[in-house]
Amino acid sequence: MTRRALVATRKGLFRLTRESSGRWTAALIAFPGDPVSMVLPATDDRPLFAALNLGHFGTKLHRSGDDGATWEECAVPAYPKDPENPKSLSQIWCLEGGSVSGALWAGTIPGGLFRSGDGGNTWNLNRALWEAPERRDWFGGGYDDPGIHSVCVDPENPRRVAVAVSCGGVWFSENDGETWTLKTRGMFADYMPAAKREEPGIQDPHRLVQCRTDSRVLWVQHHNGIFRSADYGETWDDLGPAAAPSAFGFAVASHPRDPETAWFIPAVKDSRRIPVDGRFVVSRTRDGGRTFEILREGLPEGPAYDLVFRHGLDVDETGETLVLGSSTGSLWVSENGGETWKLVSPHLPPIYAVRFDR
Amino acid sequence: MAQVHFTPHLRRFLSTPPTTVPGTTVSEVLEAVFAENPRLAGYLVDDQGRLRKHVAVFVDGDLVRDRLALSDPVGETGEIYVMQALSGG
Repeated sequence: MTRRALVATRKGLFRLTRESSGRWTAALIAFPGDPVSMVLPATDDRPLFAALNLGHFGTKLHRSGDDGATWEECAVPAYPKDPENPKSLSQIWCLEGGSVSGALWAGTIPGGLFRSGDGGNTWNLNRALWEAPERRDWFGGGYDDPGIHSVCVDPENPRRVAVAVSCGGVWFSENDGETWTLKTRGMFADYMPAAKREEPGIQDPHRLVQCRTDSRVLWVQHHNGIFRSADYGETWDDLGPAAAPSAFGFAVASHPRDPETAWFIPAVKDSRRIPVDGRFVVSRTRDGGRTFEILREGLPEGPAYDLVFRHGLDVDETGETLVLGSSTGSLWVSENGGETWKLVSPHLPPIYAVRFDR
Repeated sequence: MAQVHFTPHLRRFLSTPPTTVPGTTVSEVLEAVFAENPRLAGYLVDDQGRLRKHVAVFVDGDLVRDRLALSDPVGETGEIYVMQALSGG
């Protein structure tokens, strides 16, 4: 079982730890008062990274080689100088390790995918995606500009990369980002005029995750429902009709070994964005989306109006331990696949991202 | 030579003592400042070299007018203050 997680919040970076008594506790470890938009746990060949959004003073990236005791600021992705299209980094929305040691992917707002080959010393804009003709269709969802929030690096072949964009569809590369293909067959967008409903470049996947041991299987919590692909994005099945209590939400977590199991945090769609009937619940499917169970033991009886942002749910490598953090600063852990939940704290700052750590 | 002072709020992130640098425009002065303190650039200007939205620069008491190209003139003994707005809760 994983015993630690990192929690990125609007007011700092917290570490969640399981004590020997079995109790989970959260403590502020870095950046008190500063918004931490994303965190990337360390591995044997990579330090811990935290992305900050300082508002007045811009977006920053820090790394720590000593488990968060000390930090150094490193380079951030920068958009090319271009008088015709003057873009500037407003947020690092996701961070993932790349195909080789030292390689990193960063998904950003506005709509950028950047790669570092040297552990964050330098960054390069992925031109192939930036210059894709379909990118003209992208638009903002939640933020003013489109953004890349999900980068799935295939554990079996890390040169295979899938990227999800709000609002700009799901993109696939077989060659470490040299070329990209947009694949959304089966997805639909009810927020568009009928003629544009199935247009690939306007789809709004809120979050994309991949099954670690069956990497053909992808799950998308989409603005218009839940979609699953069993053929690495060639086709997407609409699971919305079976989803309960709703098909709207932001977060999704895939079981690491069971390609039929995933968890979601349902909410009222789509302009209200509150839990259905003021009851905060988790939903789970264990049969590939044919049926959904509602899991509420240990979650508040209500009224509870917690909402979970798209990076606010994670599952460890056992598939049993989950961590869940809400936009109103509540943090829960489950040690039995979501059957029961323990409240760690109801009083943290708004939670942007949770990730299990070593 | 222009004297440049920085908001104390920057000190939480990096060292920004007052400095004296050459330059006849805000752009030239800030370039000289950034040559001394390269990490500071990303705190004050965006990817296109424009002044960040909530960063304010005063030259001899007047708010700079050109936030995009930073072309406001700076006199031989110009005094520059780099400030910021505070907001939120």
